[in-house]
Amino acid sequence: MLEIKNLHVRAEGKEILKGIDLKVAPGEVHSIMGPNGSGKSTLANVLAGREDFEVTQGEIIYRDQDLLDMDPEERAREGVFLAFQYPVEIPGVSNTYFLRAALNAVRKHRGEKEVDAMEFLKLVREKAKLLKMDQSLLSRPVNEGFSGGEKKRNEIFHMAVLEPALGILDETDSGLDIDALKIVADGVNALRNKDRSFVVVTHYQRLLDYIVPDFVHVLYEGKIVKSGDKDLARELEKTGYSWLQNGKPEIQPVGQ
Amino acid sequence: MTRAVMEKKDDLFEAMVEFGRSAELSGPTWLKERRAAALKRFEDLGLPTKRDESWRFTDTKVLKRTPFVPAVADASPGVDLSDLSFSTFGEDRLVFLNGHFAEELSSKNLPKGIRVRSLATALQQDADGLEPILGRYATSEHEAFNSLNLALFQDGAVIEVDPGCVVESPIHLLFVNRAADGPLLINTRVLAVCGDNSQVSLVESHLGLPGHPYLSNGVTEVLAGDNAVVDHYKVQQENSDAFHIATFQSHQGRNANVRTMTVTLSGAVVRNETNAVLGGEGGWAELNGLFLVGEDHHVDNFTRIEHAKPHCDSREVYRGILSEQGSGVFRGRIVVAKDAQKTDSKQTNNNLLLSDEALINTKPQLEIYADDVKCTHGATIGQLEKEAIFYLRSRGISESAARSMLIYAFATDVVGRIKVESLREELDRYLFSWLPKGEVVREAF
Repeated sequence: MLEIKNLHVRAEGKEILKGIDLKVAPGEVHSIMGPNGSGKSTLANVLAGREDFEVTQGEIIYRDQDLLDMDPEERAREGVFLAFQYPVEIPGVSNTYFLRAALNAVRKHRGEKEVDAMEFLKLVREKAKLLKMDQSLLSRPVNEGFSGGEKKRNEIFHMAVLEPALGILDETDSGLDIDALKIVADGVNALRNKDRSFVVVTHYQRLLDYIVPDFVHVLYEGKIVKSGDKDLARELEKTGYSWLQNGKPEIQPVGQ
Repeated sequence: MTRAVMEKKDDLFEAMVEFGRSAELSGPTWLKERRAAALKRFEDLGLPTKRDESWRFTDTKVLKRTPFVPAVADASPGVDLSDLSFSTFGEDRLVFLNGHFAEELSSKNLPKGIRVRSLATALQQDADGLEPILGRYATSEHEAFNSLNLALFQDGAVIEVDPGCVVESPIHLLFVNRAADGPLLINTRVLAVCGDNSQVSLVESHLGLPGHPYLSNGVTEVLAGDNAVVDHYKVQQENSDAFHIATFQSHQGRNANVRTMTVTLSGAVVRNETNAVLGGEGGWAELNGLFLVGEDHHVDNFTRIEHAKPHCDSREVYRGILSEQGSGVFRGRIVVAKDAQKTDSKQTNNNLLLSDEALINTKPQLEIYADDVKCTHGATIGQLEKEAIFYLRSRGISESAARSMLIYAFATDVVGRIKVESLREELDRYLFSWLPKGEVVREAF
């Protein structure tokens, strides 16, 4: 599905990622954890194609293609989805209608039939129910006037409609209360299957109680310093990240 | 006066004064007198320059160098009118070719209680009725073009709505301009007299066909009686070399509701002066505008709302979209007279700059002489948000479609205020064809 090789990334003249290697197979859920400023969000955004970052070394292969050579919209059409840490408010653009244009762009790219207004409404209602989204959020402009929790839920709602092959969640759990967290996790779990992979970026272990990962990686100062299974997340919950500053982390093989 | 002497060197100015003096100024005696006075005023004022505060941002040099001649009646537009955007809105349409009424292209299926005539016809049939009104409201003394119009206007429309008459279907005035053989000066006038408790919608569209440059110099006067509801729209799509200079003047009575919207789509130099007077208690005035400016075109929106009486509300929303080397001006003057207490006025001007070379000057001006009023104003100048573009692209929408979606969303705030459905749909169609990837945008709204 995804293979990141020796990825180095700069932003505003500063090296943020300093050689990331990561392999994600179809159906796997990988969690990226680490303290603030370790480069987690940078990694998520580079995968989605944000232009503020400069890749200085390394490569990313996504389904046998050079991901870094693709525009953000090409990546989306090929099945990459980023759930934003800070979803953007877009006044005047309807949350539902824009999503239909997006879905049809994706379907057209895949050579599938475009959905008409009726089919789309049915789909949207079904997915909104899954995420317990208030119907009024569907007709409002994208994220405008949404609460923090509603914005995050809206991200997962977009993902549920677009059905990507690779879902990247950038701190989707931050700022959510436990009920909202469960709804978001249920939404993600409903999308899990043997072909669809996820990269879940989070600061807190709590989310991983609900979205149970296959692998956990600790990112620190732009490098993956430790990898393990879901138990590593529990361990981090106990020890926190302070050991990173003192101890010499042991580097373990990554992914499969 | 010294300035007028200096300005007399201008070709346009000299030609117009010469024309005015030599021509038989048409109409009944009172009108001839008014025309002569207007010509004199035009002569005294001279054409505006950038030294005139109200013309500071708009250059009239090109205009002055163009050898315009007054347009004569043109038999045929040379195209099928129904092929033009903004040419058809329902059944009642008056067509003007280069400012002259074209009866054979016009159609009327009017209900009882409303009369729509060409101005030339109205002056023949009912000169005495027009005497107390015509040219008595649009009197901005400082405006040379307004005076020029009164001195030389050829034709236009007179709309009279009886008290209590509710007109369901919009009245459409279609002005088609084409300077086939050389630069033309086209002076048109619209006068709408709407009785107490009446209701009517008026749509003016000004369309330019390819050809030489022309100056379309229009004046619209709207009188709304007590409790009348008047909804006025002007869409202009003049040709790329054309000049469009116009004055809108409304005067409304007690509890009357007057809305006017100016949509500017093209034209080399466009200047719209829009004046509303709230002349009775409890009135509502709304001035809205959307202007798209590209190439090296220039659009100047000069607005003035006068709160003359207490307990009136006014709302003003102008949005500009400027690209390439387009430049624009928004001036919003709100005057609250001393006894216009409890005035509630809100003005907003938002501008979207799509290129580094596009330019906007925006200037609100509040003059408040009353002490118990609520007046707010705000102006913004911005570019498309990079974050929003990335967000849309990350969902699979192409960059050009994402940009177009944001531009369209910006325009909808004004487009959504159009109450004449057929006009709103026509403007949407125009925007979807004007915007790159408009078909994707259409799907997203």
